[in-house]
Amino acid sequence: MDVSYRWLKELAPTIAEPAAALAERITYTAVPVDEVIWLGEGLKELVVGRVESIAKHPQADRLVICQVHIGRGEPVQVVTGAPLVVEGGYYPFVGAGQALPDGQVIKRVKLRGEQSEGMLCSERELGVGRDAAGIMQLMGEFTPGQPVIEAIGFDDYRLVLDVTANRPDLLGHWGIAREVAPGGETDLQLPEFPGHRRAECTIETVPEEGGAAGVRVRIEDPEGCPRYMGAVIRGVTVGPSPEWLASRLRAVGLQPINNVVDATNYVLYELNQPLHAFDLAKLGGPAVVIRRAKVGEWLRTLDGKDRDLDPEMLVIADAEVPSAMAGLMGGEASEVTEDTRDVFLECAYFDPKRIRRGAQLLGLDTDASYRFQRGIDQAGLPRALQRVIELILTVAGGELDGKVVDVYPRPAQTRTVAVRPSRVSHLLGVQLNEETIRGCLEPIGFELSEGEGERLSVEVPTWRPDVEREVDLIEEVARRHGYGRFPDQMRTFRPTTVPEDEYVAIAERVRDVMVSLGFLEAKTSPFAPGGEGEVSLLNPLSEREDHLRSDLLTGLVHRVEHNFARGQRDVRLFEIGTAFRSAGGPAPEEHIRVAAVWTGRRAPLHWSGQDADWDFWDLKWILASVANVAALGSEVQSLDPVEEAARLNFEEPLLVLSPDRGRLGWAGRLPAGGLEAPRWAGPVWGLELEILPARPQPLAYQPLPVYPGVERDLALVVPKGTAAAEVGAVIREVSPEHLESLSVFDVYEGEKIPEGTRSIAWRLRFRSPDRTLTDEEIDVAMSRIVSALEERLNVGLRGA
Amino acid sequence: MEDFLSTLRELEETGSAAIRGAGDPAELEQVRVEYLGRKARLTLLLRSVGELPPERRRPAGAEANRVKKRLLELLEARAAELAAAVAEGRAESDATLPGRERWRGARHPCTLVTDEICEIFKELGFVRARGPEAESVWYNFIALNTPLDHPAVDEQDTFYLGSDVVLRTHTSPVQARVMEKWPPPVRILVPGVVYRRDPFDASHAPAFEQIEGLAVDEGISFVDFKASINYFVRRFFGEDVVTRFRPSFFPFTEPSAEVDVSCTICHGKGCSACKGTGWIEIMGAGMVDPAVFDNVGYDSERYTGFAFGMGVGRIAMQRYRIPDIRLLYESDVRFLAQFERA
Ligand SMILES: [Zn+2]
Repeated sequence: MDVSYRWLKELAPTIAEPAAALAERITYTAVPVDEVIWLGEGLKELVVGRVESIAKHPQADRLVICQVHIGRGEPVQVVTGAPLVVEGGYYPFVGAGQALPDGQVIKRVKLRGEQSEGMLCSERELGVGRDAAGIMQLMGEFTPGQPVIEAIGFDDYRLVLDVTANRPDLLGHWGIAREVAPGGETDLQLPEFPGHRRAECTIETVPEEGGAAGVRVRIEDPEGCPRYMGAVIRGVTVGPSPEWLASRLRAVGLQPINNVVDATNYVLYELNQPLHAFDLAKLGGPAVVIRRAKVGEWLRTLDGKDRDLDPEMLVIADAEVPSAMAGLMGGEASEVTEDTRDVFLECAYFDPKRIRRGAQLLGLDTDASYRFQRGIDQAGLPRALQRVIELILTVAGGELDGKVVDVYPRPAQTRTVAVRPSRVSHLLGVQLNEETIRGCLEPIGFELSEGEGERLSVEVPTWRPDVEREVDLIEEVARRHGYGRFPDQMRTFRPTTVPEDEYVAIAERVRDVMVSLGFLEAKTSPFAPGGEGEVSLLNPLSEREDHLRSDLLTGLVHRVEHNFARGQRDVRLFEIGTAFRSAGGPAPEEHIRVAAVWTGRRAPLHWSGQDADWDFWDLKWILASVANVAALGSEVQSLDPVEEAARLNFEEPLLVLSPDRGRLGWAGRLPAGGLEAPRWAGPVWGLELEILPARPQPLAYQPLPVYPGVERDLALVVPKGTAAAEVGAVIREVSPEHLESLSVFDVYEGEKIPEGTRSIAWRLRFRSPDRTLTDEEIDVAMSRIVSALEERLNVGLRGA
Repeated sequence: MEDFLSTLRELEETGSAAIRGAGDPAELEQVRVEYLGRKARLTLLLRSVGELPPERRRPAGAEANRVKKRLLELLEARAAELAAAVAEGRAESDATLPGRERWRGARHPCTLVTDEICEIFKELGFVRARGPEAESVWYNFIALNTPLDHPAVDEQDTFYLGSDVVLRTHTSPVQARVMEKWPPPVRILVPGVVYRRDPFDASHAPAFEQIEGLAVDEGISFVDFKASINYFVRRFFGEDVVTRFRPSFFPFTEPSAEVDVSCTICHGKGCSACKGTGWIEIMGAGMVDPAVFDNVGYDSERYTGFAFGMGVGRIAMQRYRIPDIRLLYESDVRFLAQFERA
């Protein structure tokens, strides 16, 4: 909402602060003021010029030569191409050597041999409006040489208010003035217009159907339209508005159109009452019927678009066809034009929900619909109609014909809300007495009286549809009292009954592991193109992202491609996030997962040569490290590459299995063709794993060994096709319980051992917690291991 | 005899460890003298074999010789390794060469901010909570006192999965879910992803991180609300930062407030970061609307509380002076790696 500071001060002369201070006060007590703009910016040098005479340019048909009186010295000569310039007209003038608001300096030029000493400006050039077509004629009486700023009322500030949805009363200058005037409502006055013409309105209130100067007005849908007022003015002269009116509208960012439409817009911005003027001659009947649109009806609206109507929409129809979208936009056919003589004025209250629905269906949002949706003041209609009638009589002439009709099927009830001063203090945390509460509420129109017990009975003004409950009033008190005045005082609190979410805690630990492994945390898009079992969006932003992701890895792989494209060879990314799967029900299943993808060197480039590319053995360690935290108690298994790889789209795949939940995750090398990688890229590894909350078993201390351990090495020749894990399993199985650890410390393939075999060297460490082991028993154990390996796996000692 | 053998084992264990640990030839020579020199314990032990009872001399001597042989082998192997290293250009003796490096990981800037916020509110007794990202219309809107035909709900902003299921537009539905499950006192923080139907641009993302807070108990007032937020702001932004609370509107809080902090860059004078206002908006907040309590079955006459919500990405952008929100979601490693120090 764009607000004119001058306009506010006219309505509330008691406002004394400068614009910036006022803006701050509005921000602190009502709604934020986003900007304060000085409207005179760049206009200081411009003056009003009067065109004394116009002559044709001898060399050019499209140009004219004007002599312009600018208040001092001889008239200056201006050559212009503007077609509508008139003798005796007043125009904004900028002289040679002076600058327009956009910084452009005007030069003395010769146009086809004729000297031009300056320029007459358009609205666009002045920065006050959008009209660039013609120069801007100032309507009214001015003094040549008078500053333009003053002539067009731009010695003013525009305050840009971000009015919240709960404050429809602040969508007009009157409401804002009431909010900020020191004495509130009692300080306000409606000023007279220049040349003000009064109107004696006789209002006839009827429940369903009535008439104004021969126009029948009927409400067929009282739910959609609880109140409709109408009046007829005959004999208007439609034309440009006087400068004071046009400028006022420009000051709040509106474009002047003609005096009748401008008058309705003026009252809209003053009293927050949307109004509409129909060309009476175009209303069939003449009648005005407020009803639901019928199936198959359509209307060409003011913006020139043909709109199909729907019974959910409310229309204003004449005797036969719709002539306006109620509360949204008028129809082109009944638009007020220069030929209009008689107008029918509409001043109505429409149901906010109905207008909202219509606006949604049509994708249309106008100044009027914006206000109707939020709720205007139903009791304020008569005053607004009277105001606009007087304004039209003043600026467009004509006479009010007959009575003003007021079809009011359901007169609004005033609302009374009780408030307890003790509750105000309880919720706000400081003692606020009745006097303070009255001081906050009464100036803005709430009427307080003694209620039951300690209660105060508060009559809510009709322009505050948002105030329905005690707490709404408490907010009014807090805000008017000033949030800044509440003390910054920490008080005691009790611990909560709510336990910490276990997923959040475990995700944090998984993140720690990934970061300690050297990974960078990424956040990727949760949207994906569709696939089997994926969850689709009803209203996606684009067709390529019309589903929710069912895995995290795919998105991360795209991020690796993104980094490859930027020349990055070493990429290590991980993400903790949600994957979605259709679950049959209305809501999808959500899985909290960790995924990682990595490629390039395992360590930064280093002279020691420890910076080879990541390999399968790193994959095993990384996966085991993550699984140990993310899915406690799970087990990592290698897979038969042939069987599973294709399905998982991994090479060298690994699986994470849980004893009770089955497959929790997988890892492996992405197939070379699976992503867009430059030739210099290394293998790309990835993993994805479900995060499962689990409480780790409580740790118990193990006593430190007191007896020495014994190490023995075992170099084995293992036939190819026999896995190390199988050998290890046999060693563990036949070893005595004293086997403390078992490690592989060397693997060899080559000429020193028979073809079809490889050598795997193991180190075994034995230790007993309660005695020193003897060599003899270790020897026995070792020979049992060797013979078991020989028997079961055909594995022999190397060099034996 | 037992003593003899256990001493031997101890020497074997410590000796082999010392050999593996020797970093250069000189150190290795010291180890040799200590374990195999003329006055070494193993040498003395070997000499004392003759003092043992005759039937034990042979096994003891054999074991002592086995240990001596093993240590000698290890010594030889290590000497060869070290010689090779020296031959490779005496690299290890130049201490100015860079040390062996590892990749450093980094948390996402949004995580850094979330963690810090959680840490501070933890001091005020808040614990972390969580809820689904696909929410019912009830939890996302209606339970939070937001009827669907309210102008505050713009259909254009919400992703729908079904007629009754949306991607949550804020973390606030978790408020209702937690209150339904647990009795007061409630003090929770809800970090999480939320969704708005905004195409990506410099300041909007269709999915972004938010953090929500809720405190409910008997007697929690607007003063507690202000003091808690001020405590957080001082801890997070610094002691010299001031706040301003100004009226706002959210359907699920009343009174509602927007909280601004004085610009940490210009200290209130006005700069490009604060668009010349001297203030930076950090959160929407307020006292929990009694309608929300009624919807979750809390006694709204007895219990009061406050709630607040912050855009984590926006705070991260301010804190690290990130100009474009897309940087947060592009996963460029040159961007992400900058946060390893944090
Ligand atoms: Zn600043």
